[in-house]
Amino acid sequence: MAEILVLAEHVDDDVKKVTLELITLARRFGEPSVVWTGPGAEQAQARCAEYGAARVYVASDAVFDDYVVAPAAALLAQLVAEKSAVLVLLAGTAQGKEVAGRLAVKIDSGVLTDAVDLQPGDDGPVAEQSIFGGATIVHSRVRRGTPIVAMRPNAVAPEPSPGAAELSQVSLASEATGARVTNRVVAERGERPDLTEASIVVSGGRGTGGAEGFQIIETLADSLNAAVGASRAVTDAGWYPHQFQVGQTGKTVSPQLYMAVGISGAIQHRAGMQTSKTIIAVNKDPEAPIFELADFGVVGDLFKVVPQLLEEIGKRK
Amino acid sequence: MNIVVCVKQVPDTWAERKLKDADGTLDRASVDGLINELDEYAIEEGLQIAEAQRAAGADAEVTILTMGPEKAAESIRKALSMGADKAVHLLDDGLAGSDALSTSYVLAQVLAQTGFDLIICGSESTDARMGVMAAMLAERLDVPQVSLASKVEIDGSAIRIRRVSEDGYFEVESTLPAVISVVEKINEPRYPSFKGIMAAKKKPVQTMTLADAGIDPAAVGLAGAATEVVDHTQRPPREAGTIVKDEGDGGVKVAEFLAARKFI
Repeated sequence: MAEILVLAEHVDDDVKKVTLELITLARRFGEPSVVWTGPGAEQAQARCAEYGAARVYVASDAVFDDYVVAPAAALLAQLVAEKSAVLVLLAGTAQGKEVAGRLAVKIDSGVLTDAVDLQPGDDGPVAEQSIFGGATIVHSRVRRGTPIVAMRPNAVAPEPSPGAAELSQVSLASEATGARVTNRVVAERGERPDLTEASIVVSGGRGTGGAEGFQIIETLADSLNAAVGASRAVTDAGWYPHQFQVGQTGKTVSPQLYMAVGISGAIQHRAGMQTSKTIIAVNKDPEAPIFELADFGVVGDLFKVVPQLLEEIGKRK
Repeated sequence: MNIVVCVKQVPDTWAERKLKDADGTLDRASVDGLINELDEYAIEEGLQIAEAQRAAGADAEVTILTMGPEKAAESIRKALSMGADKAVHLLDDGLAGSDALSTSYVLAQVLAQTGFDLIICGSESTDARMGVMAAMLAERLDVPQVSLASKVEIDGSAIRIRRVSEDGYFEVESTLPAVISVVEKINEPRYPSFKGIMAAKKKPVQTMTLADAGIDPAAVGLAGAATEVVDHTQRPPREAGTIVKDEGDGGVKVAEFLAARKFI
């Protein structure tokens, strides 16, 4: 059966949800083989098996921690050739897309990024992309080489299906060069889920009025076990850190539930959240464009609506 | 120091953007084009690095490299008004419809000819949003990729950056020549001054065709692309939702909706 390579994203032995999504997706096209760089593969084997990985190629050399992007692309190029893989799937994170780009050059193959779906077609996999801020739906395919597709997190739901996830050690044939990592700093995020991976995202906008007012967004997010997002107005004003910006120039999210609180919904913001499955909006301006997208909206003062909502959530727990 | 900043002209993100029905390529004619917003940070970073080099007594020059139709000259003009020294404009009808892979091929061919110590890209373009160009150029030119920088420090031929990651940042270092990409908010891009706008009119812009750059026309454009659009449609508007006015029970109503959808 044709082999599909899935580049795992993980923090030590903790496999990111997007990787389980990719393994699930790979099963539509052939046998999923996970490509694991760095430590943690033994501990993560069971999880990969649960979602249907046939194999896990483990490259645990230190080079994968010491250098960014280039070694992972080199390893994938090597495996595509050795295993005659027919498709390479990566997470559509900033780093995943960079690896995809380098790999495309190495093996002279077409690359598609930010796919929200991937289906078998007569001439190979057909990717669905949602472009121009979600306004246009495009189906594209790769017509040269081995298709390389970076999938947007949350594009498919991970579904268990047992696989052998047989571990096999591989090592990089070429020597790593390039930019060396000298230090890694993980930002304080507490227990909150990752913004692009979260099933629920609660975002706050200008309506929160300031850094102090924005705290209610964090409280609401925590009550729903959600990630916190912010509009550009908020990050530009310095009320909340820039890396949490959702929108055209920030992160693109497509969670099960997106709550826009005090966000008017300018086109730049909608570009980053339009593909969310369910959207709730709270805004005091009934004309706010966010209400055009909302499945449920409340026209009102967020500082009245949200505290009452928090109380209700508390009662129902 | 020879600094080259890659700049793309993109349709205004505030306008309604479309693909052409005929070939699924971007309809550039129907909307205003402007500099990809994220490239403005790359230009600013290039200018700041050049200024620091000059202040330390070294030579430095900032070149803008653009591939695009005639209209892209407007973006080049703006970059020169901000303070870049000169520009190269790849302009050839044969380039229309090029995908990321062939674009990186073309840019790399030109960069190899012009030479460089430092190539700077924005983190992505606001139209295609692929975020692959710096990585592709580093691969093609076989130089270190020092990308997604939120802070850049140059010390002689050493370069150190803060690379933003999903959950924090990495400190990454390498030597020049290198390709870097910068993220939004690394700096505050300057507005062109009146003096800058006047000076830009006299700055050299070299226009290059595929033949000038020694590029095989079969490797680029729609025909040379490794990807193709199968079809495209406008997303249907979302079904109108339920919008209620807060009558003192707005929070309860949201909770009921959440419970009905099994979110709580």
